[in-house]
Amino acid sequence: MKPTSIRSVILASSVGTLIEWYDFYIFGSLATVIANQFFPKTNPTAALLSTLATFAAGFIVRPFGALVFGRLGDLIGRKYTFLLTLIIMGGSTFAIGLIPSYEKIGVFAPIIVLLLRLLQGLALGGEYGGAATYVAEHAPADRRGYFTSWIQTTATLGLFLSLGIILITRHSLDADRATSIAEFNDWGWRIPFLLSIILVAVSIYIRLKMKESPLFAKLKTEGKTSVNPLKESFAHKGNLKMVLLALFGATMGQGVVWYTGQFYAQSFIENVCKIDFEQSRTILIWAILFGTPFFVVFGKWSDKVGRKWIMMAGMLLAIITYRPLFNKLFSIADTNNKREFIARKEINTKLVPIPNTANSIRTVTSTRHFDEGVKLIEVKTDTLYAAPEKATLKPDIKTSKILNDENYRWMIIIVFVMILYVTMVYGPIAAFLVELFPTKIRYTSMSLPYHIGNGVFGGLTPFIATLLTTIYTADKLVGLYYPMIVAGVCLLIGVLYVSNKIDPNVNN
Amino acid sequence: MLGPVAIYYLIKTAAEEITKKPVIDTKIQWIVFVVIFIPIAIGLMIFGYYALKGEYDRLPESSAEVED
Repeated sequence: MKPTSIRSVILASSVGTLIEWYDFYIFGSLATVIANQFFPKTNPTAALLSTLATFAAGFIVRPFGALVFGRLGDLIGRKYTFLLTLIIMGGSTFAIGLIPSYEKIGVFAPIIVLLLRLLQGLALGGEYGGAATYVAEHAPADRRGYFTSWIQTTATLGLFLSLGIILITRHSLDADRATSIAEFNDWGWRIPFLLSIILVAVSIYIRLKMKESPLFAKLKTEGKTSVNPLKESFAHKGNLKMVLLALFGATMGQGVVWYTGQFYAQSFIENVCKIDFEQSRTILIWAILFGTPFFVVFGKWSDKVGRKWIMMAGMLLAIITYRPLFNKLFSIADTNNKREFIARKEINTKLVPIPNTANSIRTVTSTRHFDEGVKLIEVKTDTLYAAPEKATLKPDIKTSKILNDENYRWMIIIVFVMILYVTMVYGPIAAFLVELFPTKIRYTSMSLPYHIGNGVFGGLTPFIATLLTTIYTADKLVGLYYPMIVAGVCLLIGVLYVSNKIDPNVNN
Repeated sequence: MLGPVAIYYLIKTAAEEITKKPVIDTKIQWIVFVVIFIPIAIGLMIFGYYALKGEYDRLPESSAEVED
């Protein structure tokens, strides 16, 4: 194949997959805002949990999407199947941006959100396997890892794009920063969802111009495509064996390393370390920016040394270093081990009258300065009643910390190291999965272990890790045991049973 | 061995957590975990069975072997 053709194959596949990831991640990144809009506000924790459950539902339906669209892809072809997933994903994302809030349509709002989220998960389940298979079936044997690694960058870049667009939108709605954020939380959050339709339209245009995978087209011409891909993938012992090996020896560990290094790291920085909303997101954005090229580095390297040991080394490094790395993140932000400069403490009180009453909203902002340039900001908001017999309700307290440049850079370096592990386990995995299965059932067979590994084991990492910290409150790092144990089991199975041999022929 | 142990601890923890906090959120959350992870644990048991039988001692080198 000509270099220009393979470049256009990679571009068309990668752009569409990147947009699907973007669509999927804006929902997760805006979980708190969405909770306020679509779930009852009487209990904020319940609202947030509902969104997280919706988030998890998005991941849990991914394996079903893998079965539905994997089957279609092996029956009618790769091109039309991953075009369909793109349309479903883009349509659902756009529709989420249009749903009236809970205040306007009541319980229908969260129900519609949930249904659209399920559709997103279903579409994502079908997308990745198609894109990876499509690129791999165009690639020469000695460069399969390199070419498919471009697809591997898309998940991380989709997250990068979603965080970037959210931050830009959050600051562009008004000249005054506080007003802009308030407007974003009120209606501006819809913009990233609505914007998706333009990205999807561009991607559909590019994909429509692509041709079917040459290997699938050949099978179809010869009448050798699978009649029942699901049965051949999971009811035939020879193939089922390889599906189980792919799941327990590779994708399960890869999934938890992926989600710990990106999602749980960000959640830990924001919710446990209490770092300010923007700093916690820009730390991840910088780390992703520096880390992303390594997907291609490790993908390319895997063409020379094999896929197995790069992935296993990534898992091993993650298991050994997660606790010290997260501990360092915690200690950077921990004000209990730092000296406070009490004389520099600032307190500002603001009273805003509530229209048509004699009462006011009181906001007390206190800023405390600590050693190593850590600033702790506490904002207390309550209602000040004019009638003295009316008690003031318990104030709403929000705490955040701002780091100085040096500590901010340290956090970027630590998250970058974790993303480096992600690139090790994830960069070579598309080529590894493609080489395990025959062409006629490849889409179905590789999609299921990928989406169980990533969707179920990986996608639930932030949720299960946070749950562990609420059960075992004494240890702030207890949540890490989940990814460490899962990656440990996967490492053991992978080292014992996965082959390092690169399959020179995926044409059969 | 890991499969049955995982199923046992999953159900035990789910029952304990639901008893401790019998609200709808806790119930949904643990029911989802149990429903999703039990089939995976069964898959792990099948994998273990194949591994014990030596099915992975020699991996297939062509699609024809996989389809057998």
